[in-house]
Amino acid sequence: MEQAKKAELSRIATNIRMGALTAVFSASSGHPGGSMSIADIMAYLYFSEMNVKPEDPKWEDRDRFVMSKGHTSPALYATLAEKGFFDKELLTTFRQADSILQGHPDMKAVPGVDMTTGSLGLGISAACGMALAAKHTGKTFRVYAAVGDGESEEGQVWEAAMFAAHHKLSNLCAVLDLNGLQIDGPITEVMNPTPHDEKFRAFGWNVIVINGHDFDQIESAFEAAKKCTDKPTVIIANTVKGKGVSYMENQVSWHGAAPNKEQYEQGMAELAAQL
Amino acid sequence: MADKIATREAYGNALAEFGDKYPNLVVFDADLSAATKTGVFKKKFPDRHFNCGIAEGNMASVAAGASTAGLIPFFSTFAMFAAGRAFEQVRNSIAYPHLNVKIGATHAGISVGEDGATHQCCEDIATMRSIPGMVILNPADAAEARLAVEAAINYEGPVYLRFGRLALPVIFDENYKFEIGRGVVLAEGTDVSIIATGLMVHEALAAREILAGEGISAEIINIHTIKPLDTELVIASASKCGAVVTAEEHNIIGGLGSAVCETLAGAVPTPVLRVGVEDTFGRSGKVPALMEMYGLTAANIVAKAKAAIALKK
Repeated sequence: MEQAKKAELSRIATNIRMGALTAVFSASSGHPGGSMSIADIMAYLYFSEMNVKPEDPKWEDRDRFVMSKGHTSPALYATLAEKGFFDKELLTTFRQADSILQGHPDMKAVPGVDMTTGSLGLGISAACGMALAAKHTGKTFRVYAAVGDGESEEGQVWEAAMFAAHHKLSNLCAVLDLNGLQIDGPITEVMNPTPHDEKFRAFGWNVIVINGHDFDQIESAFEAAKKCTDKPTVIIANTVKGKGVSYMENQVSWHGAAPNKEQYEQGMAELAAQL
Repeated sequence: MADKIATREAYGNALAEFGDKYPNLVVFDADLSAATKTGVFKKKFPDRHFNCGIAEGNMASVAAGASTAGLIPFFSTFAMFAAGRAFEQVRNSIAYPHLNVKIGATHAGISVGEDGATHQCCEDIATMRSIPGMVILNPADAAEARLAVEAAINYEGPVYLRFGRLALPVIFDENYKFEIGRGVVLAEGTDVSIIATGLMVHEALAAREILAGEGISAEIINIHTIKPLDTELVIASASKCGAVVTAEEHNIIGGLGSAVCETLAGAVPTPVLRVGVEDTFGRSGKVPALMEMYGLTAANIVAKAKAAIALKK
C-alpha cells in the first residue's frame, strides 16, 4: 500500500476511535474495547473496500456490512459518521432515549446500518442471507461481517459457517476480531473457541490470518478474499482490545465500561497524538 | 364427506401456485420439506428453495438477511422449532427490524398425533403473540390456508402462519373473503358467541348444531388472524350474546382465549370460558383419541357454552 493511503487510513481509523470513545463517554456506557480493536478494519472497509453511497444509504447495489458483534456499535456509528452517513455530532447522543443511536445497531433508525444486530450469532447468519440473495438475483454486491471472538462461542456462528460453505457464498467475507478477551476474561479461559483457523477451514472456508492493525495485511486479505470464487472467506484478524488508548489495551475491564472525564481526556489526547 | 386436505398441504400447494405470480418468493426449509410440504414448491422451483439443514436459528436469521435484499422469504419447519427453538432469532433478526419474512410453521398443536409432546407445539401462538408487530394467521381449512398465504405475501412485514398436519374437510368456497385482521361470522346467534380458530372452527360448527337441537342459539366466529385481533367483532359479538366460548388447538394460556379475555376485560366484561389444551403437555396417540383426551371436541364446546350461559348475570 502506498504511504499516503496508509497515512490517510490511519488518520481515519484514529478518528473512528475518537468518535467511538466520545460516544461511550457521552453515554456513560457502551463497549469501547472491541470498538478500538476493529477500528482499523472499519476504516479500510468503508474508505477503501466497500462500494457505498452515504447520500443514498439504501442503494440496492451497495456492498453490505453487518456488525455481528453488535455491542461494538460505537465503532460502526463513528465509521458511518466519518463517511458522511450522518452528522458526527450525533455520536454524543449515543444510548440516549431520544437518539437514533441505540446501544446496539438498529437498521431502521440509522442511515448506513445494513442489519439490526446485538444478539450474538445472529448477524453472521443474516449476512449469509444477504449473500445468498445477491447470488440468487444476480447482483454483484459483496457482504462483509464482523464477528467477535467471544461471539464465536455461539453455536449459530457455526450453523452459519456450514450454511455459507454449503451454498458457496464466495461473495461473503467475515472478519473475526480476535482480540482474545471477552467479558468474563480471556477467551481461552472462559470457553476456548480456538483454533479459529482450523475450525473455519474444516467448515469449508477460505481462511486468511492477519495482523488486524496492519493496513498492508488488511488490504492483501480483502484482495485475496475477492479472488476466491468458490467459498466464503474469513479473515482472522489478530487485534489488541482497546487498541490506541494505553490504559485500555489488553484490559478485559474495558470490554463494556465507560471512561470518566479524566480518562476520556487522556484517551482523546493519546489518540490525537496519533493523528 | 368431501375430500380432506391438511392446511400444510394447502400451504405447499399455495407456495407453488404463487411462485409464478411472485418471482421474489423464495423458500427456506430445515430438512423437513417433505413434511412441511415446501417440497411441492421445490419440485416446481428448485432454484428458489434452499435447504438450511437442521439449524432453525440460522435459517430464521438467513431469511431476515435475504429479505433485506428484496426477496420475500418463507421459512418452514415445525411450529415447535419455528416459534420455540428460533424464537429469539424471530424476535431480534426479523420482528424487531420488521422485516418482510413469512414463517410457515406446520405441525402445530396436538393433532401432530403419534410423534408426541416434544413435537406438539401448543405454545407458539403465545410466543409469537408476545412479539410486537407480528401478524399471526391460523387458517381453518385448505381454502383459507391458500388465501392466507397470498395475503401474507402482499403484507409488508413479518407474518407467522400456523398450519396443521391433520387432513380436514374444506369448509370455505370460492366466494370466501379473507382479509388480515378481519374475523368472519360463520353463523349468527344470540345466546352465546363461540370464537374459534384453526381446526377448532370445525368443532365449533358441529357444536352449533348440537346446541341448536337444544334450543340454544350460538354465534360462530372464525378468527383466522389472532394478531391483530378483530377486537371490534369480538366486542360486538360478546355484547350481543353476553357469553363467550373460545376454542383453539393451543394452550389456554397465551392464545386466542387469552387474547379474547384481554380484549373483553377492558371493553365489555363478559363471561368467557376457554376450550383448549389446559396447560399441559401432549402425548403420543391417534389424533381422534388425543382430541377427545384433551377436550378439543364439539362436545366440550357445547358443555362450556352452557356453562358460560349460566354465568350470565
